[in-house]
Amino acid sequence: MEKKPIINLKDISLSFDGEKVLEGLNLSICDGEFVTLLGPSGCGKTTTLRIIGGFLTPDSGDVFFGANRVNDLPPYKRPVNTIFQRYALFPHLNVYDNVAFGMRVQKKKKAEIAKTVERMLEMVNLKGFEKRTVSTLSGGQQQRVAIARALANDPKVLLLDEPLAALDLKLRKDMQNELKNMQKSLGITFIYVTHDQEEALSMSDTVVVMDGGEIQQIGSPLDIYNEPVNAFVADFIGESNILDGVMLSDYKVKFFGRVFDCLDAGFEKDEPVDVVIRPEDINIVPAGNGLTGTVTSVTFKGVHYETIVDFYGFKWLIQTTEYHPVGEVIGIVLDPDDIHIMHKSRYSGMFGDYSSYSEEFDEMNDPTIDLVDDEADAAGEAD
Amino acid sequence: MKALSRIYNTLIFLFLYAPIAVLILFSFNDSKSRVVWNGFSLKWYEQLFGNELIMESLKVTLLVAVLSALIATVIGTMAAVGIHGMNRKLKKVFLTVNNIPVNNPEIVTGVSLMLLFVGAISFMNHTFGTHFKMGFGTLLIAHITFNIPYVILQVMPKLRQMDEHLYEAALDLGCHPVSAFFKVILPEISSGVFTGLLMAFTLSLDDFVISLCTAGSGAQTLSVTIYSMIRRRVTPEVNAVSTLLFGSVLILLILVNVMQIYSENKLKKEQRRAGVR
Repeated sequence: MEKKPIINLKDISLSFDGEKVLEGLNLSICDGEFVTLLGPSGCGKTTTLRIIGGFLTPDSGDVFFGANRVNDLPPYKRPVNTIFQRYALFPHLNVYDNVAFGMRVQKKKKAEIAKTVERMLEMVNLKGFEKRTVSTLSGGQQQRVAIARALANDPKVLLLDEPLAALDLKLRKDMQNELKNMQKSLGITFIYVTHDQEEALSMSDTVVVMDGGEIQQIGSPLDIYNEPVNAFVADFIGESNILDGVMLSDYKVKFFGRVFDCLDAGFEKDEPVDVVIRPEDINIVPAGNGLTGTVTSVTFKGVHYETIVDFYGFKWLIQTTEYHPVGEVIGIVLDPDDIHIMHKSRYSGMFGDYSSYSEEFDEMNDPTIDLVDDEADAAGEAD
Repeated sequence: MKALSRIYNTLIFLFLYAPIAVLILFSFNDSKSRVVWNGFSLKWYEQLFGNELIMESLKVTLLVAVLSALIATVIGTMAAVGIHGMNRKLKKVFLTVNNIPVNNPEIVTGVSLMLLFVGAISFMNHTFGTHFKMGFGTLLIAHITFNIPYVILQVMPKLRQMDEHLYEAALDLGCHPVSAFFKVILPEISSGVFTGLLMAFTLSLDDFVISLCTAGSGAQTLSVTIYSMIRRRVTPEVNAVSTLLFGSVLILLILVNVMQIYSENKLKKEQRRAGVR
């Protein structure tokens, strides 16, 4: 697959009222890619999208579409279209007129407009809804009209600002698949903003993890999950136990006073590191083998049990299909590929300890539960 | 208890509307008396339409009302859109400034406008040798001035209710900012603009104090004419002209309400048909 960059952001910085929102952001997006900007509220992901859409101008840095610098190009001259979070359909127009809006602005021929609208409505399964007012549609239907309206302009790049956030879980899953299929069959670039890590992992070719106005990591969903670069990424994408360790030499790491084999190399001798162990990678064995700890809490989650185990005062989260009651003493064994080593970062020590773990805390951090307050949650998380 | 409240209500409506009813009734009286009913007649209306002074001032009043309402609506809507786009601090400052003329006693607005006009005209006449004087022009400017804040107050809430991304969506779909305003924003706020227009029209029709201060000798509105008529002697002509004014405002109000109810019902019906709560 040839990879031609279609959008380039070079050293973008932006402040609102003296508060830095983006700092030195560099991002290159390839043609035909499904890119997701992922991060907690206030991380700058929507701001980045609005800069690409032309609704915001960066304080410094350059925006390139292909070889052209477009910093000063207004939104109505950019070859991109946006799907807004609350759809922003025009309430005074019916479904047909909404979808036809962009083409009418471009003064296309009536017959051509009619044909395109029909094709678009067919694609989003809304045939027969042409004459309906948008206020009579359900949330999911409005979402489809918004998609049809944007794609009717044949954009090179489609920007999506948390487009599924207002839909319920079931509908959200369906729309994820539909959007992904649409992107594949149309072959256009999607830039997708979300705070839902599962959505990001299941839809994207490339995930851009952001926090504090900076990009933390860019990579494929698999890379991001398996090889997080720092404690923030490890914690934000899935659950992680993060421990302090020391890299003794290549492939040898020491934590909890023991030496483990691992698959990571290229660290300095005796470098302090963060050790990531995913809760689903841990094998529970009878006590006496490997590390020994006591179960302090068990929660049934459907597919698995979430078991909190106390190892020498440090609490781990383990996901297992076997039930181990509270108070049971168990052992665990770690394989070399269960252990992932990261350099220390400013996020070290902030994440990955389940000592304060409780259901309540988990719910507070669940982005699907509330959309309005998650700004406060994100702030709390960073403390 | 219920009877008591009914009596109370009746009394309130009696006090409010009995004088108007009497006024209307005696505009059809066949004599000059305002106490004794002498039979039905339209002669006061005939006299009214023959009275050049009244007809002239009616023309001035309507012209000022229509022009000032239209101009104030255009300026006020533009101002509201501008204020809406400001940051929070600036918005607050401008809305407070906008509210001052609304709460200000009319006489203060009237006198200050008069002083401004007198000063400006004498300055222009001295410097440029022009021969301006107070009249229709100053009257119109004054009416536009006091109408603008009311239009802004009607349009602002509609802008606030509007989805903030609608404008951006229009730009995104290729609209130039000006055409985005006409294609997307104006249809959204049109009800506010329309009530602003009507309000401006009725306020202008209704105004007396500011008109008296700013019209000078060049033009007279109906209210000023009526005032000078009743200073001498009240003839039933005054009743007739008041009846006409009352009737036209009433029709206007009913029209607006019916229109509102109609459009609300239409939306409800459509939503019910589509099965959306």
